[in-house]
This record gives sequence, structure tokens and C-alpha cells, in this order.
Amino acid sequence: MLQRVLPAAGPLRRLSFGLSDVAVFLGALILLALVAKIGAGSFVSFVPPQTVPGVSLDPRNLPYYACRSTLRMFVALFASLLFTLVYGYAAARSRYAERLLVPLLDILQSVPVLGFLSITVTGFIALFPGSLLGLEAASIFAIFTAQAWNMAFSFYQSLRTLPADLNEAVAAYGLSYWERFVKLEVPAGAIGLVWNALMSFGGGWFFLAASEAISVLNRSYTLPGIGSYVAAAVAARDMRALGWAVVTMAVVIFLVDQLFWRPLVAWSDKFRLEQNAAADGPRSWVYDLLRGSRLRRILVALWTPLGDALGRALGALTRVRAKGPAAPANPLAETFYNAALIVAVALLIATGARFILTSVGLAEVGKVALLGFYTLLRVVALLVFATVVWTPIGVAIGFSPRLARIAQPIALFLASFPANFIFPFATLGFIRYHVPIDLGSVLLMALGAQWYILFNSIAGAQSIPTDLREMAADCDLRGWNRWRRLIVPGIFSYWVTGGLTASGGAWNASIVSEVVSWGSTTLVAAGLGAYIADATSKGDWPRITLGVGVMSLYVVFLNRVLWRRLYALAERKYRL
Amino acid sequence: MSDVIVVDKVSKSFPLPEGKGEFAVLDNVDVRVATGEVVALLGRSGSGKSTLLRIMAGLIRPSSGTVDSSGKRLEGANADVAMVFQSFALLPWLTVIENVELGLEARGVGRTERTKRALKAIDLVGLDGFESAYPKELSGGMKQRVGFARALVVEPKVLFMDEPFSALDVLTAENLRGEIDDLWNAGHFPAKSVLIVTHNIEEAVFLADRVIVLGSNPGHVRGEVAIGLPRPHDRNAESFKRLTEYLYAVMTNPAMAVEARSAQPAEPAAARGAKAPSPFARPLPHVRVGTISGLVELMVDMGPDQEVARLAERLALPVDDFLSIVDAAALLGFAEVTDGHVTVTPIGRDFATTTILRSKDVFREQALARVPIVATIVKTLAQKENRTMRADFFLDLLDEYFPAAEARAQFNTAVEWGRYAELFEYDANEERLSLGEAGTV
Repeated sequence: MLQRVLPAAGPLRRLSFGLSDVAVFLGALILLALVAKIGAGSFVSFVPPQTVPGVSLDPRNLPYYACRSTLRMFVALFASLLFTLVYGYAAARSRYAERLLVPLLDILQSVPVLGFLSITVTGFIALFPGSLLGLEAASIFAIFTAQAWNMAFSFYQSLRTLPADLNEAVAAYGLSYWERFVKLEVPAGAIGLVWNALMSFGGGWFFLAASEAISVLNRSYTLPGIGSYVAAAVAARDMRALGWAVVTMAVVIFLVDQLFWRPLVAWSDKFRLEQNAAADGPRSWVYDLLRGSRLRRILVALWTPLGDALGRALGALTRVRAKGPAAPANPLAETFYNAALIVAVALLIATGARFILTSVGLAEVGKVALLGFYTLLRVVALLVFATVVWTPIGVAIGFSPRLARIAQPIALFLASFPANFIFPFATLGFIRYHVPIDLGSVLLMALGAQWYILFNSIAGAQSIPTDLREMAADCDLRGWNRWRRLIVPGIFSYWVTGGLTASGGAWNASIVSEVVSWGSTTLVAAGLGAYIADATSKGDWPRITLGVGVMSLYVVFLNRVLWRRLYALAERKYRL
Repeated sequence: MSDVIVVDKVSKSFPLPEGKGEFAVLDNVDVRVATGEVVALLGRSGSGKSTLLRIMAGLIRPSSGTVDSSGKRLEGANADVAMVFQSFALLPWLTVIENVELGLEARGVGRTERTKRALKAIDLVGLDGFESAYPKELSGGMKQRVGFARALVVEPKVLFMDEPFSALDVLTAENLRGEIDDLWNAGHFPAKSVLIVTHNIEEAVFLADRVIVLGSNPGHVRGEVAIGLPRPHDRNAESFKRLTEYLYAVMTNPAMAVEARSAQPAEPAAARGAKAPSPFARPLPHVRVGTISGLVELMVDMGPDQEVARLAERLALPVDDFLSIVDAAALLGFAEVTDGHVTVTPIGRDFATTTILRSKDVFREQALARVPIVATIVKTLAQKENRTMRADFFLDLLDEYFPAAEARAQFNTAVEWGRYAELFEYDANEERLSLGEAGTV
């Protein structure tokens, strides 16, 4: 089941690095700087809501807060789904859009979302002056950015890999674009979409917790929600309230999983492309209940005529017209496209250089790059630590079907539990036992990221065929030799996916884990995450831009030189 | 009889990667399908028969030439035809009836009418009771019945079948083929004409009124054979056997002229092959050495002179695969093919009956003498100081003549043969060829 979890492999499959990638990357960064600059200028006069609601630490309010937070999560999920369908479709169906949209997605995936938070909060507040709606929108947007990219990539991939015979069949039977979309394209992408949404939704809790209470321009904003409850509890040094919040969060995650994701996963299993019956698909008691209910039948009966009419109208609107003679790639247009790209890249480099020289200065760039290096060391330490600790455990679990059945849901649960709920406890420990935060922040980053390594190890171990394991036992392969010859090659590609996801998560987490506080005590580590967090709370736009830009550069660079090569190696050599 | 579909001077070529020119699939093809007849397009792989079918269905545009359907120039998907696919092409998330309704829905038929017609079609193909089953619950034969129901329910002028029985096991295929033929013979078939693409000679003679024989590289019409037997065609009739044997002879001998009744005279295929002097232009049949050896051994056991048709029957292999093996044996000089007969050569007998080491020697000599690409690779490697070469080098040369996937397949076959002969070695990790022990001598 977990084999379908692996969400991040998509961008790794494209190995070429073209001019358009450079243009898109620089363009995205410059746009960021531009937004920041405008934000600093014209939005300074934005009207924040007069009364920002306070958060009461009474645990009886927690259910209400939890509902508000969950609602935000689902609104963001819905927005991500809409975005995914439109973006993925456009990228897969238009040759020109593809060249722009795919590398852009690649970059967006690498940009640390939390660094954006200050920019988006200001922007959204300006959009809804004097109203809480701006804050709501900003928080939802933060969650959206944690979900949308992965989902869009998954949908794009499944559109690009539609079976050729099905594509021909829908064309031969004259289905309109709308009918193809609902009958072939969306169903074919459904399983990947559901799994990616499930995983990203889990990651979204982390961003929710971070975005409900934020201080921008030296003002703190809070929204009623479980994330701001935790923030308030930390400020008040209230251990009991924190405990309640952790319990509530666990209950919410469990309920959402049972009532929403499991039924959805069970339902989506029918969109499997294989033509043969699977032994046993995912089950869900809620789904079984719903399927047999009268409510469902009534809803279906009500929907049918409406759906028919809608389908017919949209079908008629999107009839496939006879195509004119296939236009061959126009060499002149290609030359023009490439020339325009070169000009754009040159302009973007000039703008970037100007920004650096006029607003922050070269020295600052050097300093930020060094801080980025510190954070990089932390990410590497985390990966090594998580690999050494969790891979053996994951493999042991994966080799035992009984253990796996119990441990897999737990690992998934732990991965979606927002680690920042645990941060205060860890911070308290650091203060009490004088652990330097420069080391402690590695642990904090690991709290969220290590689980990806764990459950990818489980999935990898499960994917090693039984006959190979029997062979290893038969040849008396033991200890290190067994790892070297069987296990490491067998789980390698899974480890790459896990490592990539973990490192992405860790970079993001650095923004909240290099600066932690308990009451009025604040621990600050030397690192790029702390730099961005500091610039954010001060509202220092050029430094935010610089920090986020440098962090994106680090992530993109690592993806290109390390993860992508490892992935290619895994594909070529270690595919089972 | 009036023509429903008229294909006029159609050619099709696909661009090769990196602007290396074009790969011709079809060359100047004329085909007609008239009302009331069953036409078979018979050809081996590389004859472009599936491409031709897709051009007639409006799924692919021809590079030049025209297709008229019901007197109108074809632009986009052909509304006069419905297609049955080799791989069934059913949407796995739709039930049987939803799959069958697909074409009707696209034509804007209302729900009640749709259901009524779909149920009738499902009944017609014998799937009564399976309306709400999902494809994955059905066997291969039943899936293809759904494929037929989906095509027949729209009552197309011409039913297109793209090797509809070749993904089924022999007995299931036989059964379904017979039922479809019965439906047609009974006279209330929901389509006016049928066009079937196949590489199965028996199937073509059994189902069709007219068999159009396509030649390969690039695909062209070699000629056509009118069956002229009373329907249903009796497999045991002398004339049926004569026709099949004749077609086997035609298929195994690309140079043989088809006794044409069509307007287009057959061109000697040898002339087409002759214009490709490069050792990389001539396609190798994708057959493993063990398979070639198996065939030659079997023929030694059965007697050195065999009728192709009998041998094919005995092996129960798809005809296309079988002919590729015969081709490979002939290319290596282990067998000779004349007039629908295969004979084992003395060298072939030696190859098949001697020890494994000696048979490698025989294979090596034959490959060096008769397979230009293998000989050229050995020569190229021997000229290099370090006796190795990146695979890319040879792939690039093959890319000049084949589309990327086929170039790769050609390379793999050449490597398999060369490795067996110990002429060269191949490191798949580094994608590097190096001269083998035997190659240095």
C-alpha cells in the first residue's frame, strides 16, 4: 500500500536542465523580490483588523478551535484540488505551457513555504482591509502551498502516462474534451491524486500550526485555532494546556483519517489501471457503511438528471473539432522562443545583481550563504541520523508482514502529526539540560522529517521479493553482507524518495526550529532558518527575499546535483 | 457495391529523433472498403497495417494522400467506423454497460435510449447478466466481447478490428472468432462492412471476402486475394487449404508477386531493400539464439523439408513470431525458404546437432559472414586501440534508420547474437561494448 505513497519522484524524472529552467527559476525569485518590495512600499498602509481575537487557554474551547483549524485544512485541500486539475491539465496538454509550468512547479516545490508567510499575510490583509478574512486567507494559502505542488505534479504525471490504447479508444469513439476529462483523465489520475493529497494533507498540519499565529512587522496576529492555542500556551508556559492540545490534535488526525481519507482511499481503489482483480484492496468501515446506505442512493438519484444535463452541455461545448494539418514545429518560432529566453535570462540576472548590490550588499549575501551552509550541515546530520536509526527498524518491520500491518499506520500517523506541537516540550528540555540549540535544532527538524525515512524503508523492505530473501538465507548471507548485497540495493530507490522528502521537510522546518521559545526565553541557533524567521518578524523585506532566495538555491542545487543523480542511479541499477 | 472508405495514395512517415530525417511506415497505399464486405489487411510486423487502420479511423493523419469516408474527406475521428482494439481498451473504472454506452454518450443519445441499445448489444455478444460487472472481473475473452458490444452498439458503417483475437488464448480466440463470423453470416450484423487487421493467415482466410496483402519496410500494398468461397468458409475445404498455403508462400517470400486483382501491381520487394547499403539499415528479426536453435532442431527431427503452414500449425505460435524465427534462421543460412517450404541447410543441421561449443563456432562464422551489423560492430571494435566503444555510437548509427525504440531493439538483438557468438561483450552498466575473445582472432 505504501508503495503508492512515494510522491516526490516526479520532478526527479526530468533530468535535463534547459534554458527555460534557468529563466523560470530566476523569474520566480525576482517575482518574489518584487512582491516583497511592493509589500514594503504600498502595503505598509494596509489596514489590519481592529480587534484580533485572543485565544483562551481553557481546554473546553479546544474542540471549537480544532474545528476551525480542520475547516481551514479542508478549504485549502479543495483549493489545491482545483489548482491541480487546472494546472496539471494545462501543463500536460499544451506543449508551450508545459515548458514553463513544469520547471515552475519544480521551483515552487523547493521554495521554503514558511519564508513566504510574512509576504502572504501582508498581501492578504491588504486584500481584505480591516477584516479577519485576510488572516484566514493567508493561513489557508500557507496550507495550500504545502499541498498543491505535489498534487499537481502527480496529476500531470498521470496525464502524461495515460495508456495509449485508452487514449485512442476515447478519440475513436468521439468523446469530447470534457467527456475525456471526466471519464479517462481524472479517473486515471485519481489514485495518485488521493495518495498525494493524503500525504500533503498530513504535512499541511505543520504549516497550519505555524501560520495561525504569526508576527509580522513586529505585530502578532492570531486566528482562533489549535495552532494559535499552542502558541498561546507556550507564551503562558502552560504545560497542561499544551498536553490537551497534543491530545486534541491526535484525536483530530485520527478522526479525519477514519472518516475522510480511509473511505476515499477505499473508493479510489476502483480507479486502478490494472485490468486484473487485486487480491484485497484497501478497506474502510465508513466506506462500506456509506455504500450500502439509502442516503447514497437518494443522492445518486437526485444527481443523475442534473449530472446528465451538465455533462451534455459541457460535452457539447468541448466537442473535438477536426484538426487542421498538423503544424510542424516552426523553426523560426523556435529560434525566436530561444532568443527571447536568453534575453529574459540576461535581464533577470541583471535585476538580481542590482537587487543584491543596492538593497543588501555583497557582504550580506556571503553571510547568508554561510548561514545556509550551517543549516545544510544540520540537514545532512539529520539525514545520517535518521538513516542510521530508522532504516534498520524499517527493514525489520517491512520483513515481517504482521509487524508492518501494525506499524505502517503508526508511521503514517506520526508523519502527519505536526512536529511543532512537540517543539515546546523539547525546548523546555533544552533549557533545563542546557542543550545548545545549534545541536538541538537538528533534533527538532528530525521530529517531523525522520518518519519519511522510516516508512520508505518499510515500503522498500516490503518490495524485496520473497524469493530473493530466501536466496539470501540459503546462501547464508548474514550481517553486513546481507545488507550490502540484498537490503541496501533493494531499498535504495525507496530510500532516495524518503531522503528527498525528509530533506525538503527539514529545510522548511529549519525556519521554525532554529528559533524556539518558552515563555520569554528564546533560543536562537546560527542558521539560515533563524535568519529568515528573524527577518520575517522584523518585516525586513530585502533580507526576507535574500534568505528565501538563498534557501531555494540550496534546495534546488541539492536536488540537481545529489538527489536527481541518486534517483537516476536507482532507476538504472536498482530497479526490482 | 459502393465504396464506403477510399484510401488514395496515402503515405506516412514519422520524424526520426534529432532531425535525422524520416522513417517511412507507409508508402503510396490505395485501399477501398465497399459496403457489405469483410476485408482483411494481412501483413507482418513493419508493414504498417495498424498505422493504416488508424489513418482510416482518423486517429492519425497521413503525411500525404487522402482518405474519403462516405464520400466526404476525412478530418479528425471517422464517425462512420467503430473500433475493436487488440488490448480491449476498456476503461477499468466503468462497468460493462457504462463502457458499452461510451460511444452513444459521446453522440448525445439520451439515457433511456442509451441503456436500451446497450443492453441489446450486450445481449448480442452473449454477455447477458454481466452488465454491472467491472472489466477486471472478466476473463480476456469476455473483455473482448465488451469491446465488440461497445463497437457494435453505435451501428457503425464499418467495424474496424485491430488484431482483435491475438491477445486471447487459442481456444478462446477460436470460439469468439466463430461467433462473430456467425453473427455476420446470419445477416443482421449491426455494421455494414468489416475491416480486420491481422497477421494470422488462417484468420484472414476464414473471416474475409478479400485479403489485402501488405509488404514491409515501408508498408505497401503487394496485392490482394479474393477468397470467393461460400460463407461460412469451411476450413476443411480443399480451396481453403490452397488459399492458406498460397498466402503462407506469399508471406514468407517478400519477392513473390501476389496474383493481383487490384489496380496496383505488386512491386518486387527486393528492389526496395536494395536501396539500403548501410549495414545498419537492414532490420534484424528480434529472435533469441536459443529460439532459432530450437526451430532448426525441431525441423531436423521432423524431416528437413517442411511446409511453412504445417510447421506454424505444429508450433502453435503467433504467425508473426513464427515467421520472424524462420527469417532469422534464413538470414543466418541455417534454413532456406522457397515457395512456402522451409529446408534445413547442411550448416543448419551442423548448428543444431553438434555440441554447444561447436555450435557457437558455427553461429559465429555465419553471423560474421551474413549479418552485416554484427560484422561491422566487430570490425569497429577491433580498430579501436582499447577495443571498446560506447553503445551510443552504434545506437546513433541505428537511429539514422529506425525510430528510437526500434533502434534500441535492433541494438539489443545484435548484442544478444554477438554475445552468444562471443564476438563481443557488453557492460550494461556503462553501456559499453568491448571486443570478445573470439572477436580478436
